[in-house]
Amino acid sequence: MSNLLIPNPKEAESIHIIREVAAQFERPVLLFSGGKDSITLVRLAQKAFYPAKIPFPLLHVDTGHNFPETIEFRDKLVEELGLELIVRNVQDSIDQGKVREERGRYSSRNSLQTTTLLDAIEEFKFDACIGGARRDEEKARAKERVFSVRDDFGQWDEKNQRPELFDMLNGKIHVGQNVRCFPISNWTELDVWEYIKTENIEIPSIYFAHEREVFFRDGMIWTANEHVYREAHEEVELRMVRFRTVGDMTCTAAVLSEAVSLDDVVGEIRESTISERGARIDDKRSEAAMETRKKVGYF
Amino acid sequence: MSENRKLIKIATAGSVDDGKSTLIGRLLYDTKSLTTDKIEAIERSSKQRGYDYLDFSLATDGLVAEREQGITIDVAHIYFNTAKTNFIVADTPGHVEYTRNMVTGASTSQVAIILIDARKGVIEQTYRHFFIANLLRISHVVVAINKMDLVNYDEEVYLKIKADFDELVAKSDFSEDQITFIPVSALKGENIARQSEEMPWYVGNTLLDHLEVLEPADLEPSSVARFPVQYVIRPKTEAWHDFRGFSGMLYGGNLKVGDEVTLLPSLNTSKIKSIHYFDQEIQEAAPGSSIAITLETEVDLSRGDMLVKSGELPSSEKQISATICQVNNKALTVGKKYILQHGVNRVLAKVDQIESRIHTDFTGAEDAHSLKLNDIGRVHFRLSKPIHFDSYKSNKSNGSFILIDEAEYDTVSVGFIE
Ligand SMILES: Nc1nc2c(ncn2[C@@H]2O[C@H](COP(=O)(O)OP(=O)(O)O)[C@@H](O)[C@H]2O)c(=O)[nH]1
Ligand SMILES: [Mg+2]
Repeated sequence: MSNLLIPNPKEAESIHIIREVAAQFERPVLLFSGGKDSITLVRLAQKAFYPAKIPFPLLHVDTGHNFPETIEFRDKLVEELGLELIVRNVQDSIDQGKVREERGRYSSRNSLQTTTLLDAIEEFKFDACIGGARRDEEKARAKERVFSVRDDFGQWDEKNQRPELFDMLNGKIHVGQNVRCFPISNWTELDVWEYIKTENIEIPSIYFAHEREVFFRDGMIWTANEHVYREAHEEVELRMVRFRTVGDMTCTAAVLSEAVSLDDVVGEIRESTISERGARIDDKRSEAAMETRKKVGYF
Repeated sequence: MSENRKLIKIATAGSVDDGKSTLIGRLLYDTKSLTTDKIEAIERSSKQRGYDYLDFSLATDGLVAEREQGITIDVAHIYFNTAKTNFIVADTPGHVEYTRNMVTGASTSQVAIILIDARKGVIEQTYRHFFIANLLRISHVVVAINKMDLVNYDEEVYLKIKADFDELVAKSDFSEDQITFIPVSALKGENIARQSEEMPWYVGNTLLDHLEVLEPADLEPSSVARFPVQYVIRPKTEAWHDFRGFSGMLYGGNLKVGDEVTLLPSLNTSKIKSIHYFDQEIQEAAPGSSIAITLETEVDLSRGDMLVKSGELPSSEKQISATICQVNNKALTVGKKYILQHGVNRVLAKVDQIESRIHTDFTGAEDAHSLKLNDIGRVHFRLSKPIHFDSYKSNKSNGSFILIDEAEYDTVSVGFIE
């Protein structure tokens, strides 16, 4: 039995937020992408309710273009922790004619996820979606609330947000509204990596350096496979790379890396000079890209 | 996590164009927290706008509307760290009508940086910012006298502003050692992370050094333990059949196994049997811990109730008086009903009387019939059930509440109990 608990303030805040979600909402769900932020959320949720199980399901909106390592990892985690997993597929939204597949050089299914997500929210009547977004990821995120109210269309009205005072969270909503909840709002990328290291949390292998077929475009490293549009002159090379963020293959760029352990990764992040979102191809489309997507219900 | 770096939370305040965004951008740049892609974006935007310097404010002014208008319109949170310290900065805008934003930003901060434009000196806005820092009982205030480059780094200018500000301090609850004055140029980086050679007459710390020597423990005065029950954990599994864990965040003071406790509102007493932090059982928890507690006896305790040490009971009242800051367009009027959220507990509240609207420049108060957005006033409430509170002065978390509009569910006010 250890003696005095001196809290890690960011972890304690996150646990507090997750418990508020469970207490204030009828049907919460944790949006799980298989990335390090959502894996961290799962650990925090475990801590919030131990020795009980996490009292809400995970939802994975699958673009069909995920790295196979992520899917394997997801299924193993769910199995080990005895969690309920719901998967909804972007492919179904495409087949139903609700969204149209993008074509060409920068085509991606990333923005198509929104429709699938909103449909899942409606299908299961979710009133709170827990996500791993952090305010340090992107400028428009810096103003996101911990509890962010969305209307029936999933829209975010940045000029009409509820002020959040002290640590009091107001999750009262009307029928048809739902709330996006961000327990690790105040964490930085380095915080997440240091936490994964101290807690010894398992993460998918693609976060560590491995050999992969890639090609270079616009100064970024893209995965070479059938899901990623590539022009004939864009040559495929075998390189040692790792991923700093794990999303859809079509919008996640790799970085050259030799980091094979968590120590190496944390060291690299500390030294790194390119921000995490710099490795997100979708943000490069325009400076205001993130804000525009958020207004139409993107996570 | 964070290799045991301490966490310091800061709010910035200043009028439009005093240089808040530039100051924060400069802190990010000087602590190497801006990555190459962000610096490149700043260089690109600065050039597009025809500036011959790097406009660091572009690092923080996030929303499209802001970039178009060139102003900050909401609270933005910015993060950076040094080897020893993690910082969170709430960048709050400085328009007259934006008291709401500063109150919001300051509510989660231990330190306030108040910016003053050296050319303008102490102005009415400065009074308001300092008033809010005082109302929220911010532990430490840094007065950053900015744009010193535009007044030839003149010590006289600095001394005059300091003397004017000291007059304000005398009217407040702050003691002199809670206030630090630093002459800076955010644009040029003078006295931000680098000791200024232009101002040899200033012998104090740079802004960054000063922020680094602050200790969170000194910034959060301890009082008595308050444990509001957030969520009851009942695993109902074979291994944990009878487990009933009362989970929540601990405020104000320590709790340990064996402590005699009183439960509110029932006034039943019990003893702490165990304290859980994830899969560890611990003997004692410090304030700020998110834990689960089990008790020796079967008791009736649920969300919104409170556990305190016996002999350290808070006030329990159905009628309360509070200083209110209105944070929504809808005015607060006599007779209006609200949902009052005190921590994680909710009761109904009715406005009995509006005693006054308080001038936010330390000049007293006036009669009022309503409180509009950004007004601060003294209000008396009647509640549907008693709440168990301390004065804001003695315990911030147990002395504050928000009011939620009954119909729209917006957060419309924040209250500080007397
Ligand atoms: N000369 C000079 N200009 C500054 C200084 N700090 C900020 N500025 C300029 O003042 C203007 C307003 O700054 P900004 O940071 O946007 O102010 P904010 O409205 O308080 O966020 C910008 O043009 C800055 O470049 C300074 O120390 N010296
Ligand atoms: Mg600004």
